[in-house]
Amino acid sequence: MIEFEVIQLVAIKVIFAFLMVGAVMTMAGYSVLAERKVSAWMQGRVGPNRTVLPLVGHIPIIGPLLKGLGMFQPLADGLKFLFKEEIVPGHVNKFYYYLAPIVALVPALTTMTVLPFGEFTNSDGDILPLILADLDIGILFILAVSSLGVYGIVLAGWSSNSKYSFLGGIRSSAQMISYELAMGLSLLPVFLWVSEPGAVASSLSLVEIVRSQNASSWLLIIQPISALIFLIALFAETNRLPFDMPESETDLVGGFHTEYGSFKFGIFFVAEYAHIVIGSAIFALLFLGGWNFLPWIDNPWPSNWLGSLIGIIWFLTKTIGLIFFFIWVRWTLPRFRYDQVMTLGWTKLLPLALANLIFYVLLVTWIDQSNLNLP
Amino acid sequence: MNLVDILFYLFATLSLGGGILMVCSKHPVSAAMFMIISLVGVASLFVLLEAFFLAVLQILVYAGAVMVLFLFIIMLVDVGPNAGKTSKMKLISGLAGAFLISLLIVSFLIIVQSSGWIGGGANWSPIIEGAEPVIGDNLSFSTSVKSFGYGLMTKYMLPLQISGFLLLAAMVGVIVLSKKEEQDTN
Repeated sequence: MIEFEVIQLVAIKVIFAFLMVGAVMTMAGYSVLAERKVSAWMQGRVGPNRTVLPLVGHIPIIGPLLKGLGMFQPLADGLKFLFKEEIVPGHVNKFYYYLAPIVALVPALTTMTVLPFGEFTNSDGDILPLILADLDIGILFILAVSSLGVYGIVLAGWSSNSKYSFLGGIRSSAQMISYELAMGLSLLPVFLWVSEPGAVASSLSLVEIVRSQNASSWLLIIQPISALIFLIALFAETNRLPFDMPESETDLVGGFHTEYGSFKFGIFFVAEYAHIVIGSAIFALLFLGGWNFLPWIDNPWPSNWLGSLIGIIWFLTKTIGLIFFFIWVRWTLPRFRYDQVMTLGWTKLLPLALANLIFYVLLVTWIDQSNLNLP
Repeated sequence: MNLVDILFYLFATLSLGGGILMVCSKHPVSAAMFMIISLVGVASLFVLLEAFFLAVLQILVYAGAVMVLFLFIIMLVDVGPNAGKTSKMKLISGLAGAFLISLLIVSFLIIVQSSGWIGGGANWSPIIEGAEPVIGDNLSFSTSVKSFGYGLMTKYMLPLQISGFLLLAAMVGVIVLSKKEEQDTN
């Protein structure tokens, strides 16, 4: 018989997990709205402003405002995906055709396990991070699980039995492998910089990274090249526009999801935006100081629950700013050609990442040597 | 039987079943998918042993990179369900399979017999008799990443350098193989 405390602990964890999934899914849904609104704004249009809920829409000032902002649009979009007719094209590999959207969504939602979003001080004065599971190797976990997301795209492309989807799937796998290397190499100097000699805890955990940026410089300022390479690789890994080879509407119709409709397409859509939300959050944690205030300034908020709430809101603001940046880039830059993507990845980013790594290895060694006064 | 035992049997079934299905499945893409399942199962077994670093590396390197490359190649050359299964190949693979299975059974029997599980056998000990134990502390057991790095850079420096050299040789080999003769265009 399992004790009551264990059940209680598991129940709390499950509730937290549900809340986290809910928060990220909501943010993904509203990123879709943000995408439509921002693109409309950039092109001098209005964007979605017609959808309205029966009761809420009639509240005097707030109702029309929410309607004008299109706040009810994600709900309508989701329901539309849900109630559309399920069409399965002939000659598809049924099993993999149904499996692919699931495989695409699961890694996108799993990476949030090791994503910290704030911290609070308990009654004993210990500073605890707000995180589902504080793994020692958080960033490696994120890299590993997000690298599994490519199977969804590859399987979708292959099982659809269509030339366009197939090309999208193949391009996607090649692109993932090329940019994963640069991404991993760009992160190494960050962790070299953060982990001091003689430290007890190894700092591959995201919480440690954020703490090292408290009241000191953001890592963006110390390591601009790493941040740049990581950002470019992030665009490639999330298949966002300068790099959206798997989709590229102009030459592949719809890319890997050409043959998908209704809710299965919706799942791909949500997975893409969940990747963007989590990618932005990781960038904010690594290079923009997470929930810490501005560089070199100590957090001005108190260290009680109010302070942790403000910290979370501050972190969310940074994340939303980065999501806006993703959308901004999408509606500003044209798409690369496939061979340009490959050339950029292998002949520009990878050597740059290697040079960056060697430079910071030498720099960190030099700093450590001079600190220890070794001969 | 507690939770860890149940999870162990679950993941062991996953990795073994994935491996068997990989060998048996007709279509190369299915085989690759089963191999991924098997690799993830092994990674979960590492998690049960609290070797998180190994587990994550297993997924990152094998499931995340190597298998993507496999799938890429399988899809690019578009191997069908019965590709490469000529009668000669079937004969060779059958012989190889039979040989390996008999080797496995024989070595298993030798180990069981010599370890004294059945009784009466000699003691099968990994330590050679008369060997002097090395004076000095063992590496302290820890699952943190730092201890992995410490071990690699001190005790296992030579194996690390040898494997690095092997990788360099492989890289040079690939460059030599893939480099095409440049044609004179002038």
